[in-house]
Amino acid sequence: MNALVTVRNLTRRFDVSKPWLNRVLERLPKRKLTAVSDVSFEIASGTTYALVGESGSGKSTIGKMLVGLLEPSGGAVEIGGVNLATERDAERIERVRGDIQMIFQDPYASLNPRWKVRDIIVEPLAARGARTRGVAERLLEQVGLSVDDAGKFPHEFSGGQRQRICIARALASEPRLIVCDEPTSALDVSVQAQVLNLMSDLKDEYGLTYLFISHDLTVVTHMADLVGVLYLGRLVEEAAPETLNARPAHPYTQMLLDAAPKLDGFGREVDPPQGEIPDPINPPEGCVFHPRCPLAVERCRTERPELRAVGPARVACHRAEEAIAQFERRT
Amino acid sequence: MSDTPVLSVRDLTVEIPTRGAVLRPVDAMSYDIAAGEILGVVGESGAGKSMTGNAVIGLLDPPAHIAGGEVLLNGRRIDDLSLRQIRRVRGAEIGMVFQDPLTSLNPLIPIGEQLVETMITHLDISQAEARKRAVAALDEVGIPGASERIDSYPHEFSGGMRQRVVIALALCAEPSLVIADEPTTALDVSVQAQIIALLRRLCRERGTAVMLITHDMGVIAETADRVAVMYAGRLAELGPVREVLSRPRHPYTEGLMGSTPAASAGRPRLHQIPGAMPRLGHLPPGCPFHPRCPRAQADCTRDPGPTLAACDGRAACWHPVNVTDAEVSR
Repeated sequence: MNALVTVRNLTRRFDVSKPWLNRVLERLPKRKLTAVSDVSFEIASGTTYALVGESGSGKSTIGKMLVGLLEPSGGAVEIGGVNLATERDAERIERVRGDIQMIFQDPYASLNPRWKVRDIIVEPLAARGARTRGVAERLLEQVGLSVDDAGKFPHEFSGGQRQRICIARALASEPRLIVCDEPTSALDVSVQAQVLNLMSDLKDEYGLTYLFISHDLTVVTHMADLVGVLYLGRLVEEAAPETLNARPAHPYTQMLLDAAPKLDGFGREVDPPQGEIPDPINPPEGCVFHPRCPLAVERCRTERPELRAVGPARVACHRAEEAIAQFERRT
Repeated sequence: MSDTPVLSVRDLTVEIPTRGAVLRPVDAMSYDIAAGEILGVVGESGAGKSMTGNAVIGLLDPPAHIAGGEVLLNGRRIDDLSLRQIRRVRGAEIGMVFQDPLTSLNPLIPIGEQLVETMITHLDISQAEARKRAVAALDEVGIPGASERIDSYPHEFSGGMRQRVVIALALCAEPSLVIADEPTTALDVSVQAQIIALLRRLCRERGTAVMLITHDMGVIAETADRVAVMYAGRLAELGPVREVLSRPRHPYTEGLMGSTPAASAGRPRLHQIPGAMPRLGHLPPGCPFHPRCPRAQADCTRDPGPTLAACDGRAACWHPVNVTDAEVSR
C-alpha cells in the first residue's frame, strides 16, 4: 500500500500571550500553547484513518494543517508526495489542492445561507474555472437527495440533509482525500447511521481516502481501518480498531474505552477516570499522561516516551507491556 | 419507600397554538418515577424529551402550555400551581441539571454564594450553617479543596467541575426529584463517566428520583433503571432498561438500537431507519411512526393511533417485534 498522506513530526504552537502592552506592564513572558506535538503517521491510499481524542487533544488542528488551513510550526505534511507548505511549482500545488476536501462538524455553519444548493455544490469546480453544468444534480442524487433540491436554499433542509449537501460539495472536485472533522457529531443517531453508511458507500465507489476526526470511539471503530489516539497533542497509540478494542496498549486508551458508555452495559459500575486533562500551556514533564496514569513510574515523569511498535500497534508508553498484561487480567 | 411514586405524570399534553394549527410536542404521556429510581427519557431531537421535563417543572415558554393531564409530585398536583407557588417547588423539591453548566450558573456570583442563596431560600437555616453545608456539598461532588474554592467564580472551573457545581446546586436543598436534561452532552467521555457515576451515587444514597433526559443510548443503558423512548411527542416504549434495549418491542426502538454503532462492531453497515421524524405540524394519522416502519399495516394508519394503554403496556405499537407466542396469548 502506498501512502497518500505522510505526516512527519508535525507540531503546531499557538501564541496565547497577553497583548504586548499588558506583557510590558505586568512583566509577563510570552506564552505558547502546543496544540500538536511531534505527531507522525501515514494514511494509505483508499483507507480511513481516524484521529480520536477528547477536547484539546489537537485532532482538529491536525485536520486543518492537512488541508492547509493552518501552517505547521514544525514538521511536514506531504499529500501525494507534495508538501503544500514548501512546494513552489504552481501546477503541482493546484493539482494537490483539488485532491483535498473537507467536511465540517456543523452543517448549519458550513453552508452559505444566501446561496442556492446548486451554487454551493459546484463552488469547488467554479473556483477553478471548470465546467459545472449538471454536476450539482448528479451529485445530489449520489448523496441521496433529489435533483429538484438544487434550486433550494440551505434553510429548507434538516441537519442530516445539510450534511449530505456538504458531502456533495466535497465530492465535486473529485478529491482523493476528504478530511472529515466530526462529521456526525451534530446529528441524531438514526441520521448519523444514514450519513456514515453514505460515507462508506462513497468511499468504495470513488476509492476515497478519509481522515476521520471524532471524539466518539464507537463511531471511529465502526469507520476506521487505522485509529490514532491523541492526548494533549501527542499521538499516544495507533492500531487497527479490532486491536484497539481487544488489546489497548496505552493506559489512556484503556481509560477511554472504559469510560465510553456501552449499549449492553446495564448497571455497569466502573471506577470513573481520575483527574482531568492538564493545562496544555504547561503540560507535565515526561509522559503527559503520567499524573493520571495508574502505572506511572519515575521514568514516566522525566522521559517522554517515543512511539514504538508493540505487537501490531504503535504505542507511546514506557509501560505498554505491563498495561496490556493488566488489561488482560482485568477482562 | 412509600407506595406513592415521587413523580407521577398522567396523560400530560403540551400544546403550542400557532396560526395554522395547534402543535402537540408532548401528547398524552403517562409515567411514574419512584424514589431512588432513574428513569431515562431517550429520543432524537424534536421528540419532545426536553419539553416533557420542562412541563413537569413549569418552565414552558409561552405560548407552549400544559393543555391536559396532571403532574403529581409526592401525591400533590403541581401543574396547576401559580408562578409563585411553583417557584417554591423548584429548587426545594425538584432539582435541575441542564446541558450547559455555564448557562445554569450566574457568572458574576461566586459559586459558594449561589449555593448559600439556594439553601437559605429553601431551607430554614442560618447563613453560617448554609456556608458550612455548601462546603460539604462541594466536597461531596468531588471538587478538590472545596473550602478554598467556594469563593471562586464559575469561569475559574473547567466544564466537568462546573457541572459538578451545578449538581451540588441541584441537590443542596435535598429535593425528592432531579431532572437532568442532557447533563453530559457538552462533556468529554472521561468527564461524562465521572459525572454519571456521581449523579448515580448521590441519588442512590439519598433516594432521590431522577429523570435523565438524553439522546445517548449508552448512557441510558448504564445509568437508568427504566427507560421511556419518545417519538414525535409520544411514548413509543416504556419498560425496564435491560428489556427495552436488549429486546425492544417497538420497531422504532429496534431501529434506534440498530443504528447505534457498537464498540464491538465488525458489522459493515449500520441499520438505517428510512426517512426522518415528521414535523409536528405534519404528523401522519394513526401511529406517527408508520411511514418509516417496516412492519406497518393498514390498521397503523387509522386513528386513534396505538398508545401504551391500548397495547401491551410496554410498546405503543399494534404489531410489536420480539414478542413470543406465549406473550401474545396472554
